[in-house]
Amino acid sequence: MSGALAQLAIDFSLLSLITVGGVITVLPEMHRNVVEVHGWMSGAEFAQLFALAQASPGPNILVVSLIGWKVAGLAGAVVATGAVCAPSSILTYIVSSIWQRFRGNRWRELIEDGLVPLTVGLMLAGGYLITLAADHSALAFVITAAAAGTVLATRIHPLWLLAAGGMLGLAGWV
Amino acid sequence: MPWARRMLVEERRWLSDEEFSEALSLCQVLPGPNIVNMAVCVGTRFRGARGAIAAFMGLMCAPFAIILVLGALFTHYGDLPAISAAFRGISAAAAGLVVAMGLKMASSRRMRSPMALFAVAAFAGVALLRMPLGWFLLIAAPISVAAAAWRSR
Repeated sequence: MSGALAQLAIDFSLLSLITVGGVITVLPEMHRNVVEVHGWMSGAEFAQLFALAQASPGPNILVVSLIGWKVAGLAGAVVATGAVCAPSSILTYIVSSIWQRFRGNRWRELIEDGLVPLTVGLMLAGGYLITLAADHSALAFVITAAAAGTVLATRIHPLWLLAAGGMLGLAGWV
Repeated sequence: MPWARRMLVEERRWLSDEEFSEALSLCQVLPGPNIVNMAVCVGTRFRGARGAIAAFMGLMCAPFAIILVLGALFTHYGDLPAISAAFRGISAAAAGLVVAMGLKMASSRRMRSPMALFAVAAFAGVALLRMPLGWFLLIAAPISVAAAAWRSR
């Protein structure tokens, strides 16, 4: 048990420092660790926990709490959540204490110019892998594509799309 | 993040529009989940370390409790055929939301042609070749930032 806790702490604090943008960019890495390296759960379970985190209020990063909880109970949830937040938060605290010096800094602009394309690639990688993990029928792929298209074309609240997906699932079509 | 903006800028007026964008761009450059960084950044700005901790707790505590309750319900009832069927649909739709977010960001002005190659490289390296993200970023991030610097000379 404590071995699993230590592993959660190590994995997620490393993840904290390689998160560029939001949780989506580290989805592939999380999937790799949780499903492929440690075998803590199946890809489908991973996709379901992520869906639960998206449906729940609050930051999507809380998918990490669910993973920790699944692996090692409440202690796992606390350790994983703390680990994924602490290193980056401490860094942010230090930098924002001295942030005036960074105002209008040319380097910040360049770093962003360089990181955004990588972020986009990683987000698309996250979308690709979570789709493969979640979808096991032709209709599931249709739902994924329809949800993506609807978000891009309209301003509908995403929760409605999750609810619609749930209804189609409940109807036994997925 | 749109909600965070509405609360900080429009309702409480803690930050001006410009200060918000500046804080956000700082938080996007720093590693870690943006929204958590934003809370720490704004908290630090107003009340130092204690402000950062208060903002972090305020952001995370309630959602953390809610998600654990949902998680507990899901483990207890997730095996029921109706629930697992519904969740197959929900996770398919949730995957679509992720795809849409990636596509939306792909239209950023920072994706102008040569730089877009880095997006292709990131997708290929991480999704197809399954490279560990840490190693990939260690190699790709300096090259990508250098390319951005070179282009802006």
